[in-house]
Amino acid sequence: MAHESVYTPNSGIEKWLDERLPIIRLGVDFMAMPTPRNLNYWWTFGGILFFFLMVQIITGIILAMHYIPHESMAFDSVEHIVRDVNWGDMLQNMHSNGASFFFIAVYIHILRGMYYGSYKAPREMLWILGVIIYVLMMASGFLGYVLPWGQMSLWGATVITNLFSAIPFVGGAITELLWGGYAVGQPTLNRFFSLHYLMPLILFAFVGLHIWALHVVGSNNPDGIEIKLKEDSLPFHSYFSMKDAFAMVLFAMIYVYFVFFMPDYMGHPDNYVRANPMVTPPHIVPEWYFLPFYAILRAIPDKLFGVIFMFAAIAIVAFLPWLDTSRVRSMRYRPTAKLFFWGFVATGLLLGYLGAKPAEGGYVIASRILTAYWFLYFIVALPLLGWTQKTKTLPGSITEAVLGKDAMKNNK
Amino acid sequence: MSAKHEEDVVSRRDFLFLGAGAWAAVGGAAAIWPFVDQMNPDASTKALASIEVDITPVQVGQAITVLWRGKPVFIRHRTAEEIAAAEKDDETAMPDPQKDGDRVQKKEWLILVGVCTHLGCVPGGQKASDIRGDFGGWFCPCHGSHYDNSGRIRKGPAPLNLAVPSYKFLTDTVVQIG
Repeated sequence: MAHESVYTPNSGIEKWLDERLPIIRLGVDFMAMPTPRNLNYWWTFGGILFFFLMVQIITGIILAMHYIPHESMAFDSVEHIVRDVNWGDMLQNMHSNGASFFFIAVYIHILRGMYYGSYKAPREMLWILGVIIYVLMMASGFLGYVLPWGQMSLWGATVITNLFSAIPFVGGAITELLWGGYAVGQPTLNRFFSLHYLMPLILFAFVGLHIWALHVVGSNNPDGIEIKLKEDSLPFHSYFSMKDAFAMVLFAMIYVYFVFFMPDYMGHPDNYVRANPMVTPPHIVPEWYFLPFYAILRAIPDKLFGVIFMFAAIAIVAFLPWLDTSRVRSMRYRPTAKLFFWGFVATGLLLGYLGAKPAEGGYVIASRILTAYWFLYFIVALPLLGWTQKTKTLPGSITEAVLGKDAMKNNK
Repeated sequence: MSAKHEEDVVSRRDFLFLGAGAWAAVGGAAAIWPFVDQMNPDASTKALASIEVDITPVQVGQAITVLWRGKPVFIRHRTAEEIAAAEKDDETAMPDPQKDGDRVQKKEWLILVGVCTHLGCVPGGQKASDIRGDFGGWFCPCHGSHYDNSGRIRKGPAPLNLAVPSYKFLTDTVVQIG
């Protein structure tokens, strides 16, 4: 949201710098973005995500100082970090739990966008960049999980890389290219380490684009209406920077509780068993944040179509701005669509539960029904609801939504 | 120079510009190849292509697993009943139809790459205590593929039978895989 510059250089040195490199002006104007006054706490997760990106980068750089990407040493080097390196147990747990909390925050952030229609025009690019960031996060999470070289690392890597073998004709060649051999092994581990270190660079660039796009179109808000009046908005700093910081502290408290007191809660015990290419653990499960998609993969009884449906389940989210035909953004004013939305949230959670269960009997049938709901929500429910639903009346402005109609009259 | 003039005349400069651009694109594409191909299996990986296995200690009904090219290879000394059951099913409809006789060199020795053709897990069934699935061969715990005692896929998401590696019997008791 372009706005007049609010920066006035006072001291001589500030004036001198402003004429040569207006970097302070850039920062001050960036922080002064007019922001809807009605944002609730669900809007604080963008800042929380940035916090976790920084946590992952800082702890990751440190872990790389002690980690050895070799098939006979990787497992021991992680144990060495945890047992011997000064503060290593805390740093390693911060990184592994940081990944999980990164995903908790991103799922809340995505669902907030879906609930309040944050993907709708003119925020399509902002949304698509977000989906790209999410996919990069998944790639990064997967690559990172392979590095400790436990049983789940090896077999998770085997299953995921084998997804590409489903591609007709060139699948086999692609998997050998990914492995650098005939199975997941030393070359695979070494390159996954390199690529895992590359990820935050790419992520950081896309986060920059995401925030840039945000500053062009401005934040959406719980009522899903644009800023119209002067009193509809407040400068981002210090009103929302403080609110974000407060939420960040609360969220970080939960995070450090896990880091200090239950660091392995979201991990899998099998990853404390050294990687063994001769034995597959009886129940391979990916990290919890992939489970809904893993359930979709296993719901389809055909290899190629299973892979296609799994990737499509993620890709379809990028098309939301065009699949949702409603002109009203926020679910607050869309009572019918709201029910379907909560149905979708329940579907995601249940698929996550099913992804951790063995692929047999009733679990498979339930996965199929929920997979159908996942896709029907996007390609049937949202397009049709836009045309058929009865929406509630939107407030005249954000200020009216906050203060009520009477207060608006009194002001006049 | 008028706009019309520019559109009409294909100048020597246009030709050179397009030619140079096209050639730069070809050169760029060719230069990418080494950066991609370096990821393919290297010379030392390819050098580990074959192993020799002594199968003397494997009694009838037993099975061993050996590591070949980073993958497990199943060597099963099949019983007469297992061979008969595999041959009996030759004409049954299955996802990847193949005769048992086409999958073995010696009927009693079944040699397979122990990697599920679905997503690459190692199916269970080598040990007596393993679950061997509905068809008495192997069962992949990851996504529930059932293989019979010829290693053919009978039920589940895997598209193909367990692969037969290239092998030959150097003597009656030594087999070379690869």
